[in-house]
Amino acid sequence: MTAREIFPDGALTLEQWSHVEALAGSLTAVQSRWLSGYFAGLDAGLLRSGGGTAPASAPASGGRTLTILYGTETGNSRDLGKALAAEAAARGLSVSAHDLADYKPRSLKDEQDLLFIVSTYGEGDPPQPSVGFFEFLDGPRAPKLGGVRYSVLALGDSTYEKYCEAGKRIDRRLEALGAERLHERVDCDVDYEEPASAWSRAVVDRLAAGLAEPAGPATAIGPAAFPAAAFDKRNPFPATVLENIPIVGRHSSKETRHVELDLAGSGLAYEPGDALGIVPANDAAVVARLLDATGLAETASVSVKGETVALAEALESRFEIAIASPRFLDQWAKLTGAAELEALRGEERSADRLAFLRGHHVVDIVRRFPVPGLDAESLVAGLRPLQPRLYSIASSLAAVPDEAHLTLAPVRYLLHSEDRRGVASSQLADRTVMGDSLPVYVQHNPHFSLPRDDKPIVMIGAGTGVAPYRGFLQEREATGRGGRSWLFFGERNFRSDFLYQTEWQAWLKAGTLDRMDVAFSRDAGAKVYVQHRMLEQAKDLYAWLEEGAHLYVCGDSAALAPDVHETLIRIVAEQGARDREAAEDYVRQLTADHRYQRDVY
Amino acid sequence: MTTQTAAVDRSTDLSQPLDRLGPDERLKYNSDYLRGTIDHGLLDRITGGVTFEDNKLMKFHGIYQQDDRDIRDERRRQKLEPAYTFMVRVRLPGGVCTPEQWLKVDELARAHGGDSIRLTTRQTFQFHWVVKEDLKPTIQGLHDVLLDTIAACGDDARGVMCTADPADSALHAEVARLSREMSAHVIPRARAYHEIWYGKERVATSEEEEPFYGRTYLPRKFKIGFVVPPSNDIDVYTQDLGFIAIKGADGLEGFNVAIGGGMGRSDQDPNTYARLANVVGFIPADRLIATADAVMGVQRDYGNRAERSRARFKYTIDDKGLDFVVGEIERRLGAPLEPARPVLLTTNGDRFGWRSNDDGRLSYTLYIESGRVANRPGWPMMDAIRAVAKVHKGDFRLTPNQNLVLAGIAREDRAAIEAVLAAHGLGETDRASALRLSSIACVAMPTCPLAMAEAERYLPDFLGKVEAILARHGLEDDPITVRLSGCPNGCSRPYVAEIALTGRAPGKYNLWLGGGFHGERLNALAHENIGEGRILEILDEALGRYARERRGGERFGDFIHRTGAASPRVP
Repeated sequence: MTAREIFPDGALTLEQWSHVEALAGSLTAVQSRWLSGYFAGLDAGLLRSGGGTAPASAPASGGRTLTILYGTETGNSRDLGKALAAEAAARGLSVSAHDLADYKPRSLKDEQDLLFIVSTYGEGDPPQPSVGFFEFLDGPRAPKLGGVRYSVLALGDSTYEKYCEAGKRIDRRLEALGAERLHERVDCDVDYEEPASAWSRAVVDRLAAGLAEPAGPATAIGPAAFPAAAFDKRNPFPATVLENIPIVGRHSSKETRHVELDLAGSGLAYEPGDALGIVPANDAAVVARLLDATGLAETASVSVKGETVALAEALESRFEIAIASPRFLDQWAKLTGAAELEALRGEERSADRLAFLRGHHVVDIVRRFPVPGLDAESLVAGLRPLQPRLYSIASSLAAVPDEAHLTLAPVRYLLHSEDRRGVASSQLADRTVMGDSLPVYVQHNPHFSLPRDDKPIVMIGAGTGVAPYRGFLQEREATGRGGRSWLFFGERNFRSDFLYQTEWQAWLKAGTLDRMDVAFSRDAGAKVYVQHRMLEQAKDLYAWLEEGAHLYVCGDSAALAPDVHETLIRIVAEQGARDREAAEDYVRQLTADHRYQRDVY
Repeated sequence: MTTQTAAVDRSTDLSQPLDRLGPDERLKYNSDYLRGTIDHGLLDRITGGVTFEDNKLMKFHGIYQQDDRDIRDERRRQKLEPAYTFMVRVRLPGGVCTPEQWLKVDELARAHGGDSIRLTTRQTFQFHWVVKEDLKPTIQGLHDVLLDTIAACGDDARGVMCTADPADSALHAEVARLSREMSAHVIPRARAYHEIWYGKERVATSEEEEPFYGRTYLPRKFKIGFVVPPSNDIDVYTQDLGFIAIKGADGLEGFNVAIGGGMGRSDQDPNTYARLANVVGFIPADRLIATADAVMGVQRDYGNRAERSRARFKYTIDDKGLDFVVGEIERRLGAPLEPARPVLLTTNGDRFGWRSNDDGRLSYTLYIESGRVANRPGWPMMDAIRAVAKVHKGDFRLTPNQNLVLAGIAREDRAAIEAVLAAHGLGETDRASALRLSSIACVAMPTCPLAMAEAERYLPDFLGKVEAILARHGLEDDPITVRLSGCPNGCSRPYVAEIALTGRAPGKYNLWLGGGFHGERLNALAHENIGEGRILEILDEALGRYARERRGGERFGDFIHRTGAASPRVP
């Protein structure tokens, strides 16, 4: 494979390419990973300082500075923020870009133009690493922002009730603090690319128009200078499945699986803690079910992003056809005029709406509210684009070059007496065998990464949440770097569900892992969860934190994360003889210092 | 006597420094009298097992780590450790227990032992499938009814056996009492056991913790058994130390002493072999404990501790010479043994069904296939015996053939017992074929780590096929001892059976023929490493010849022995 195939844009000059190719040929795998990190860091450093454009453009910017703030967990907002910064710099604006997680909120009083790109998670929550910023902004110490101009790009998922809430929160609060809205907030659903770029163009145009004169030609950093990896979300790599096996023992109540994927030749690189995106396809049986419910022919044609596609294919690979979004509810209310659906659209009916959508998938709504003479376009108009599914990577390239391992538990349940399954998880569990290929890409997760130094790490995970820690320990074993480590793991039954048991045992024996505490909630006796084990070890756990340990939490956002968080505060309060508020401050500071990182879902 | 001692080779025994002895000797020596890190290991939640060292030490506590071998490979692929469980073997001298004890064992087996109790060939209970965290509750539960598991395994004096059949009730009661006394005397003091399992405080003391055993215990296991003629149900010639009760005009007079029996051998090591005990003399009953001390003392001091496969007492006798060993025993006893008395042993099997004993009481012997007490469809043995235990006023006796005697039943209580058994459909277990009633199988797969082939799970099927052959030759009513072991070690005492299989590999066995009907003669290897088809062919031919050519009353084993039909045929 030549480099040109990797970077089809041809963003580098031929001379640059020859240097790159010569260098690439001489690199070991470890060196190339190091270099990739080096360039990524260089990239971030350039942007943060305004890049090479800042000195040139400063006089031209009419004295106003632009600050781009992004709040991200999975990296989408960060990618958009960086692209926006590059675009603004190219247009001669004096720009800097920061992650809200790193941004000192007290600097707000010195800002002039502010652009926010913020994702929303779960039930309207801001990105976990940005929580400190939100608390500051909503608190009494937030400064008056008269004279500040701003706009918000809000990212979210309309499946969730409090759609784009984090962005809306910033938008409301800045207005309340006296800032002037430069451009209306734009809320983006999971298919955010188009609205996001429209918003970016609009705000940059607006800001650039305020410059006294057009900036000179962009000399250094433009978007084209940062070629994305050849394979990404829009252009996933077909990875071959090397292994796909259940890793729970007999009589388990779970079906947790271990999947190994071949990334060889993809150029895809990941760090422990990153996620792998899988671009799934719906089960043909589920498509057939929906076609049957609608009475539409599989050959009916629909237009998807300007392309004409057969309905069956569109339903299989283009749209979410299981869980219905509020958008679908709207669409179906319009089509049917059903009073029950109409009633659910009211602003004040959000809880009922949520409950209804939980209990009714697309097919259930279609069956219950049939539309005589329905046309295919009207059906898909209410559907959301099919989204990739992200899985924490359970391996390290240092240990298994060219492979990515995943740990996943197929989602299965009954609804209206009918078997329902998670799109990607059931695809992997039921319809994918060794040798098949799956479209994948790497989703970096800078907010869930190993410390660069030898600080101790405490890893807390339940169920498949243990996946990234396998990557962490593989990395540490392969590189021989890193400080002490401690793993808390929880699942249901010791005998069947101790995921990767023999590997942890080997790492404990080798000293790669220093301590491990496990909690099994469904074995005989009292139900024990990881937070109980944390409490049992409170003294040592606090001592580790005091020594600078980094704390990681991975697993269920509803069942695990809040209990662990509360337990952490309690341990800090009790062991550090602090009151509740001081303990919360301590934990908040851990987050601010990137020492408390969560990957919850 | 001094000269005799000087003449004997002592290069592998206790007199040598530890570093010249085998690794197990160092392990025992450094174990702090069997404590090791067992208590710590029980709290380790990362594994359902224990360390290699603790596993060895726990045998002395009657506990043996195993894993479900049926799913070993599957779990390896699942990145899960083997499905470790523990076998817990009770110390039950003479195999006698009360109904209260039975009910507790039943309760513990339902709570922790996979709903099954295994009656063993050494007359005790084994729990299987006990997970690590259930070990303490199990052992503490046993303690509630005055049972323990001390020395049920390990390099020590194992469970002491005693003839189960109470035909001669007064003599039997006396010998059974002596077997309990013997057991209490010969087991290690085992303070570690009380600390670890009962939570007793460790007491600092300058006393020797194990006055008899010392830090390294015995070179290997040591088996003691009592037999009350004419029964040889315990296979007294397979014991390291056997006592054959001699009855005089006033009851028990004393015992003939048999030393050096043992079944264990290895297919790979020609220096290992099954050996029958030598009857070396007679002792009066009041010299019993002193004799045990003397015999075990010789084995402790002279047994081979450098080479574990040669560590059993039978090899000590063969290596040092029977004369030397007997001389050394007599020296320790301070007097020569008297000449052995004549005895008559007639069978090593059990007598099934209802029996009337000389005290006017009744006993009933229940056939329990492979000693497995469990509930199976149409065969609710576990429920049945629990129901019996609730009404039974006598005691239970586990037989060396893995069956169960309900002993001490008053005549008026017979109907109640019969009703309980009938209600469970188990009133006629004694009507099984003579072959079946004379069969034994060890546990083997899936729990025993030593097993190379099936035994218990294969027995019913195998017997059915042999029964068909017997029927063809009109031999249905002839009792023939048949014993299956999953490996050559011989827990089912295969080498004294008339027909025996010892496992070599899945589906492959060594076939042994010609043992003495009452355990007086070893059998011989007929064919090595053969599958079922070949085994049945050979049996068909040998049994056919037996049916046609036997002399009046001649046992199958004797016939094979006489005619040489057991020798492997050269093709």
